[in-house]
Amino acid sequence: MSGHSTYQPQNPVLKWFEARLPIGGLIHSSFIAYPTPRNLNYWWTFGGILSFMLGVQIITGIVLAMHYTPHVDLAFKSVEGIMRDVNFGWLLRYLHANGASMFFLAVYIHMFRGIYYGSYKEPREVLWILGVIIYLLMMATGFMGYVLVWGQMSFWAATVITNLFSAIPGVGDAIVTWLWGGYAVGNPTLNRFYSLHYLLPFVIAGVVVLHVWALHVVGQNNPAGIDTKSDKDTVPFTPYATIKDGFFMACFCILYAWFVFYIPNFLGHADNYIPANPAVTPAEIVPEWYYLPFYAILRSIPDKLLGVLALFASILILAFLPWLDTSRVRSGRYRPLFKQFFWLWVIAAVGLGWLGSKPPEGIYVILSRLFTVYYFGFFLIILPLLGIFEKTKPLPNSIADAVLEAKGAKA
Amino acid sequence: MTKHRAIIALTLAAGLAAAALASPAVAEEQTPPPRLSWSFAGPFGKYDQAQLQRGFKIYREVCSSCHSMDLLAFRNLADAGGPGFSEAQAAAVAAEYKIKDLDDKGEPIERAGRPADHFPAPFPNALAAAAANGVAPPDMSTLAKARTFQRGFPWFVFDMVTQYQEQGPDYIAAILKGYKDPPPAGFTLPPGGHYNEYFPGHNIAMPPPLSDGQVTYDDGSPQTLEQYSKDIAAFLMWAAEPQLDARKRIGFQVIIFLIVLSGLLYFTKKKVWHEVEKPREMAHGQDPAKTSV
Repeated sequence: MSGHSTYQPQNPVLKWFEARLPIGGLIHSSFIAYPTPRNLNYWWTFGGILSFMLGVQIITGIVLAMHYTPHVDLAFKSVEGIMRDVNFGWLLRYLHANGASMFFLAVYIHMFRGIYYGSYKEPREVLWILGVIIYLLMMATGFMGYVLVWGQMSFWAATVITNLFSAIPGVGDAIVTWLWGGYAVGNPTLNRFYSLHYLLPFVIAGVVVLHVWALHVVGQNNPAGIDTKSDKDTVPFTPYATIKDGFFMACFCILYAWFVFYIPNFLGHADNYIPANPAVTPAEIVPEWYYLPFYAILRSIPDKLLGVLALFASILILAFLPWLDTSRVRSGRYRPLFKQFFWLWVIAAVGLGWLGSKPPEGIYVILSRLFTVYYFGFFLIILPLLGIFEKTKPLPNSIADAVLEAKGAKA
Repeated sequence: MTKHRAIIALTLAAGLAAAALASPAVAEEQTPPPRLSWSFAGPFGKYDQAQLQRGFKIYREVCSSCHSMDLLAFRNLADAGGPGFSEAQAAAVAAEYKIKDLDDKGEPIERAGRPADHFPAPFPNALAAAAANGVAPPDMSTLAKARTFQRGFPWFVFDMVTQYQEQGPDYIAAILKGYKDPPPAGFTLPPGGHYNEYFPGHNIAMPPPLSDGQVTYDDGSPQTLEQYSKDIAAFLMWAAEPQLDARKRIGFQVIIFLIVLSGLLYFTKKKVWHEVEKPREMAHGQDPAKTSV
């Protein structure tokens, strides 16, 4: 933990280059000397894991695109051709399909962590909103990728989701026709989804750059939720954060490999191994697991337009979180009431996910409505009021003190 | 604090109880198929070549008269991790089929199959298949992955850990054995339907395709419906997932590698973080570099 170094190349070529484009210094200050709070726990390793997953998805995706044919008569066959005839095509496709799930798993953990530790609060509002934008882009990309397989569930998911826009009064139907490029989900729809599915990951990568930039301007939050005050509070990114991120990334890859090699179709839907057939509606149309909470919210509201609005609101509300949460204490660790409401909210969100996979009848509807009310209530009522009424615990003076306190308690 | 805990606990309990009560009411009218043991199940699973060959015999002699298998080529019979035909044997199988093609003048002809040809479909198109059978029989290439049954909570969580991924073959084997004639009292079967215990809704269009002694085995395996249903289900699993052997073999190597890598990174991390984890202030005046990890 000696003082943080700066980049001073000795090599004359590097010196020459650095004087013209200081990219070495940028990398050095961002990923080597960058001070990170020394009390970060493993929940903070998911940012690195997410960058890794984005890379995996882009690389596997580019190779898959070399073998895929975006045509209604050929798409399903070309995917099966990848599975059967392309060398290690099955591996590429299972890496990509399960990679999407791992990407979402990591992003959900990353978001839960951000909410629990108040990472969206001043001065990190823009950082947080950029994250919400990345998440929205991920949802669009994941959905369109699922459609490309052109199985039954691909086709019917595309039909159901694009039809959501028909709820818009007046222009709804025209918008849906415009989205489809025709009067039903068909070849033009598949083609534009393919085009956008290839484009959006690079848009995500661009916003990730902004996200990381914003992070490096304001600095990382930490489990104590207090600002870094001196060098004693931080450690340089390399080797400390790199080795910690690397270790946990390897652990995460074990989980990923488990899915890819042993249960590659566990998270998919069996119906998607039936080629798309516009004449046969599947018994139940279920989205991928990572959309299920929002699907449950959509279905819990009997009115179509209100349901669609609730669906979009449930995601967009995250962008307003920095102003909905009125408490000045960031970390849930020092907020005894918030902590409990937070975990209830996690239960509601995960519960909605389970309910999204159930038929919309009987008790499932009642539970969906309860959880939906709590989901919104948490943001719109509980968080604003908690900031006023909650009696928070005293904050430690510095991160170094927080670390010592934790160590002292253990000893 | 305790009051909040109690409220949370109560809410949870109420939710779970409600969910538990609700489950039977909405249970699908599908009997869960019995779980069979498969050579290709689990982390070290592999297809049983003899079983795939028997299954292929059933496909050829029985299933293929109504079901297509478009995505498979004759050459696949000789692929690694498959039924283990030699290339010559696969070519011989192909030669027994007539394939529609065009000659040099563009006239339609029928010629003997080659290893690169795909299995020909029994009907020229889906309409013809539907006209002859009432309902078009599904293509068998991906059938074993396209059929499943709901496991429900909490079983699907356990399946993740135990790697139970053979719902498809279990279901197919169960369907083949699940016919009941006459149907149970009180069940009215629509004309052209057949009662099957394991089919969702119980009314299946396919007549019972297999019965004891129908297909002759050369390897002395029992010629029973029980054995047939397992063999064809295993064959269809291979048809749907021909790369399973390689996948599980490579998977084991990858996971061992990742576990070793994680272990090494863990100890490296511990070493790097030693001074931070055991700060100067805590080392009782000693140089932290000299304390043990």
